[in-house]
Amino acid sequence: MSAAGDVAGDGQDRETPAGDVAPGGTGPEPRSPGEVVLELRHAVKSFGAVRALVDGSVELRAGEVHALLGENGAGKSTLVKILAGVYQPDSGTLLVGGQPVTLHSPAAAKAAGIAVIYQEPTLFPDLTVAENMFIGRQPLRSGRRIDRREMREEAAKIFKRLGVPLDPARIARGLSIADQQVVEIGKALSLDARVIVMDEPTAALSAAEVDRLFDVVRTLRADGAAVLFISHRLEEVFAICQRATVMRDGKHVLTDDLTGLSAADLVRAMVGRELAARPPEAGAGTPGEAVLTVDRLTSEGVFTDISFTVRSGEVVALAGLVGSGRSEVARAIFGIDRYDAGAVTVRGQDLRRASPTAAMATGIGFVPEDRRQQGLVMDMSVQQNVALASLGRLARGGLIRSSAERALASDWAVRLKIKYGRLTDPVAMLSGGNQQKVVLAKWLGRGPAVLIVDEPTRGIDVGTKAEVHHLLAELARGGVGILMISSELPEVLGVSDRILVMREGRLVAEFSHASATEEAIMSAAMGQHEEAA
Amino acid sequence: MSAATLRDPAGKVAGGVRASTLAERVFRIRESGIIVVLAVFVLVTTLVQPRFLSLANIQFILVDTTVFALLALGETMVVVTRNVDLSIGSVLGLSAYLSANLFTVSPGIPIPVVFLAGLGIGLACGLVNGILVAGGRVPSLVVTLATLYIIRGIDILIVGGKEVVAASLPGAFLQIPKATVFGIPDIAIVVAAVIGVGAYYMRTFRSGRDLYAVGSNPEAARLAGIPVGRRVFTAFCVSGGIAGVAGVLWAAQYGTINSGAGTGYELQVVSAVVVGGVAIFGGSGTVVGAALGALLLSTISSALYVLGISPFWDQAIWGFLLIVAIALDQTITERLTSALRMRRTRHE
Repeated sequence: MSAAGDVAGDGQDRETPAGDVAPGGTGPEPRSPGEVVLELRHAVKSFGAVRALVDGSVELRAGEVHALLGENGAGKSTLVKILAGVYQPDSGTLLVGGQPVTLHSPAAAKAAGIAVIYQEPTLFPDLTVAENMFIGRQPLRSGRRIDRREMREEAAKIFKRLGVPLDPARIARGLSIADQQVVEIGKALSLDARVIVMDEPTAALSAAEVDRLFDVVRTLRADGAAVLFISHRLEEVFAICQRATVMRDGKHVLTDDLTGLSAADLVRAMVGRELAARPPEAGAGTPGEAVLTVDRLTSEGVFTDISFTVRSGEVVALAGLVGSGRSEVARAIFGIDRYDAGAVTVRGQDLRRASPTAAMATGIGFVPEDRRQQGLVMDMSVQQNVALASLGRLARGGLIRSSAERALASDWAVRLKIKYGRLTDPVAMLSGGNQQKVVLAKWLGRGPAVLIVDEPTRGIDVGTKAEVHHLLAELARGGVGILMISSELPEVLGVSDRILVMREGRLVAEFSHASATEEAIMSAAMGQHEEAA
Repeated sequence: MSAATLRDPAGKVAGGVRASTLAERVFRIRESGIIVVLAVFVLVTTLVQPRFLSLANIQFILVDTTVFALLALGETMVVVTRNVDLSIGSVLGLSAYLSANLFTVSPGIPIPVVFLAGLGIGLACGLVNGILVAGGRVPSLVVTLATLYIIRGIDILIVGGKEVVAASLPGAFLQIPKATVFGIPDIAIVVAAVIGVGAYYMRTFRSGRDLYAVGSNPEAARLAGIPVGRRVFTAFCVSGGIAGVAGVLWAAQYGTINSGAGTGYELQVVSAVVVGGVAIFGGSGTVVGAALGALLLSTISSALYVLGISPFWDQAIWGFLLIVAIALDQTITERLTSALRMRRTRHE
């Protein structure tokens, strides 16, 4: 039998700060002096000539949520994969419960009580939620047959403990990313994991979902688990974590209590320099004429009656919870998805439905949410990716001139400060932030009148994020109309001139840059019926 | 199934246990879809030509189905893991000739030994497929396309222009497809039982569930510590072994075996599997569905024959059904995904 039922038992002899958790609290929560359950010392990992990890060190205690911070490329992912048993370090020691261990495989990591929850969980869409949690170790009855009933009951018990109303008997297909993570957490609990690593769990979540996740994390912590929490959002780190470890260039920089640290301290430790804390102020110039007009756009069951305009020189944010229909509206405007009624006009020209080619011809650029799948062709080179949207212009007699391609790419690489080895390297070799710049360069190369950006800074480190924000502001000053979808409220508030809020497929509020506050946007996005979970 | 019934039970966990899941209900519907098509064919054909529902013809259809249903069982185990086995037609041919030839080479050989020989030949072929796919990490489409030709080539080398004829086979062997209990062919009962065991295994044992997990998300399966290579390897061995046994049955059924036996069966079986509701990209579908697909295949051929329609239509109708099945699969998946999305986002 699996140990699912008695997970909590493990934590009972430890000090558990069960009662002192202030839900939604802003300051760091009090640290619990638990024992050290996991320690990684001076781990080194190289891939060929690239030294991904020079000195990977982290120490986790029972009953703590420990933040792991660093820019993209700082070595966090490599460290996580070492803990997950996916990579084996070239040197260094890993102690679990004081004992040195070697993790040869993900299964070994699991056996050692380490569970890793990735940003995009890896579930089996065709299997039930319960089976996803218990695959390979389903409860058995006589004759080594799977006891489905027992399995569903175990799963239901875990969800009840987590306070999440998920049906264990449904298949995983169609679960939101937030729910997929809950399933992964449930799996970790059923494994009786003492260490739970969460790799950017909030990157794809809406604010309400983040709150719910945090409640779950607090439950884990109260039960004596050690949670390693990776996030680019410092406000979340301060909201949920007690201690933090900062990495830079593959090296451990500091580990300390968050009580004595400010956001500025952390950012300085991460980037090794000072940064402007806030994104650039928007709304400098006065907007010009309307470049994008969306009139009563409706797609049955997806979004209804969406009307707004974006003017030249203006950044308009489309805010709302994940799943409120923001991305769907953007996709419909750009002609990826069909819509049932309404019209889209670009610079006075009606746009043909469901034709990205027509949208591009009228001057729309679209930076999609998922840059790996939708924004880039990962196996193509940097220069080929930059040139993708401009091939018509670069070709002569139907043949693409690679010299023209290179000229275009190197021009934009300099302007956007893209860091790359060679322009002919596959774009997959670039860091996330630089990949995003390549996607932007692809569209900027066409000189668009309207640029739609969907989650432009997701999973991007703070330094590059600021650069992207500056770039958007600069483009707006140059007369481009920008429609930005973002789940990060500081970004929405900092970058945009106007903020539109969607809820359940409808536009429910509009704020000017001056009148918008985080609270106002969130309450509009969640509506009066829905309390923060 | 209306959208309302999908949305209704929302996030109600309460006891946490519901006997039938949404997924299972949809699968059941897919299987009953085949049964409906089957019933329509039988009904229409019988109205035109009552002889179609004669005992003799039903027996003929059932016996004709056994080989396909067996092959479909093995193929399902492979397809569910997001692979495909195209070599089964050639394996069947090789096994049919070599095993039937045993009666000539060593007269008086016991029939069970011949079946074991067929199984062994099939396993050997499946082993090669399995090693190349699981060990060599070569896409199964390529591997089994290659072994399709290689095994058929070996078959032709061995058989040449010769053939095994019914006269050289013992009467008891040829009698196998003809024996009946209460009018039902023995082998149909045996094959149905084998299918039942296969279905129960795929549903109830960890290694069976692993096959679905591997096909549903190979990367996640690896991360979950499932021995992906071993499971895929086993699936190919089972598929090969079953094709070997099916070869012996084929020999008993037809009596005359030359180097062309079983040519083209692989595509018929793959399409029976797909029509039977097994997702071609793995992860879902049942053995029972695939077997029903095979039954439908035999029924249609028989119906057209009885009605005196050109066999050309056989293939055309079959192709049409294949398109319908795939379109249906796509629609169901999309509907299901959006319905399931609804079910959770509107909770609390």
